[in-house]
Amino acid sequence: MASTREIRRRIRSVKNTAQITKAMQMVAASKMRRAQLRALEGRPYQKLLDEVTQSLVPQVGQLRHPLLNPRPVRRRAVLVISTDKGLCGSLNTNLFRELFRRHGPDRAYVSVGRRGRSFLASLPNSTGETLLADFELRDNLTFRDGKRISRFLLDKFSSGAIDAIDVAHTHFVNALVQATVIRPLVPIAPQNLAPSEAPATPVVPDNFEPSPEELLDALLPFFVDWNIYQALLDSLASEHSARMIAMKNATENAKELVGDLTLEYNKARQEGITREILEIATAQIALE
Amino acid sequence: MSSLHVEIVTPEGVRFAQDVEMATFPGEEGEMGVYPNHEPLITRVVPGELVLQTGEERKVLAVGEGFAKISAARLVLLSDMALYEEEIEEAKVAEAIERAQQALRQKELGEEEQAATAALLARSLAQLKVKRRHRSA
Repeated sequence: MASTREIRRRIRSVKNTAQITKAMQMVAASKMRRAQLRALEGRPYQKLLDEVTQSLVPQVGQLRHPLLNPRPVRRRAVLVISTDKGLCGSLNTNLFRELFRRHGPDRAYVSVGRRGRSFLASLPNSTGETLLADFELRDNLTFRDGKRISRFLLDKFSSGAIDAIDVAHTHFVNALVQATVIRPLVPIAPQNLAPSEAPATPVVPDNFEPSPEELLDALLPFFVDWNIYQALLDSLASEHSARMIAMKNATENAKELVGDLTLEYNKARQEGITREILEIATAQIALE
Repeated sequence: MSSLHVEIVTPEGVRFAQDVEMATFPGEEGEMGVYPNHEPLITRVVPGELVLQTGEERKVLAVGEGFAKISAARLVLLSDMALYEEEIEEAKVAEAIERAQQALRQKELGEEEQAATAALLARSLAQLKVKRRHRSA
């Protein structure tokens, strides 16, 4: 059995760890509330944007807007939204496993978050060409951050460097559940949009102001901007939730460990006392 | 009489979802008044003044850029801003306008910043318009 001093040292160190994880849990919890709120309040907008796009796209499909028009895919760009820091459970691992499974020579990546960058750089046959760009991730990100990424991708798309854009991120379901999502974004296909709840009223093609072409030119890039922005918010909310849960578990485990160690410490101490009494008693008997 | 269900949604959430008798919003090609049973239509929205009329009650909002989808019983308006008249702080808006105009005059902005500042300016002017008009009325 370990000496009492050794056990005391371990208890102290585990308690310190628990304090740190507890603090990280609190920080993550407060960040989570903000990020969750932002991710959730954007959802109605996302839904209606889907609805508007959906009622617009089939009507003017014959116009063959480049963002709607699928072309043979030589190079598919995947926007990977991971986190900057670890200690958030299996969040990144799940995402990376899925990406690894789909990895192929036709893939190019754009990363957001440091974890994703180092993972993508470690993929087989990774060259400067497979990792197109790396954007930083901020807690208080704005729509313009999303737009910058989106415009970079759209530029590459219109110049023909890439033929399709996927988004890989974690979808925030609730504080306990985050789902890995890899979905195609560009070319925009009506079947990828969320089905609207309201009965679809077909819009007569004449009734677009200004012309359908101009409307599409305005709506589609914005649609991509918005989707990327929302994916970023979604990932942030997931990250903070996952970290909070991970840290909560860590704190609980540490507390349990402290309990076990305290029991062991008390046993060791009691044993020491018993032994001492025994020794004194033996010595006394020997003297008599 | 049928009514028009209006939904106004911004990135910050649903700002308005109620039935009204009539709505007026700033479309790209001029003010658009919408009554129930309007023909289905999709259009762009520019920064300006949105008016929702139900009987004697009149609600005025300042809206930013976005899109509107009209069907017979429903008007969906997506915008990057939707502020009720009473939410607008005139002094702050005037300040924002001043700053934006100064920035635009200096012309040292990148293309992207220029567009963002111009959009901010348009939004601020729309707010001011809503605020001023209804005080004098």
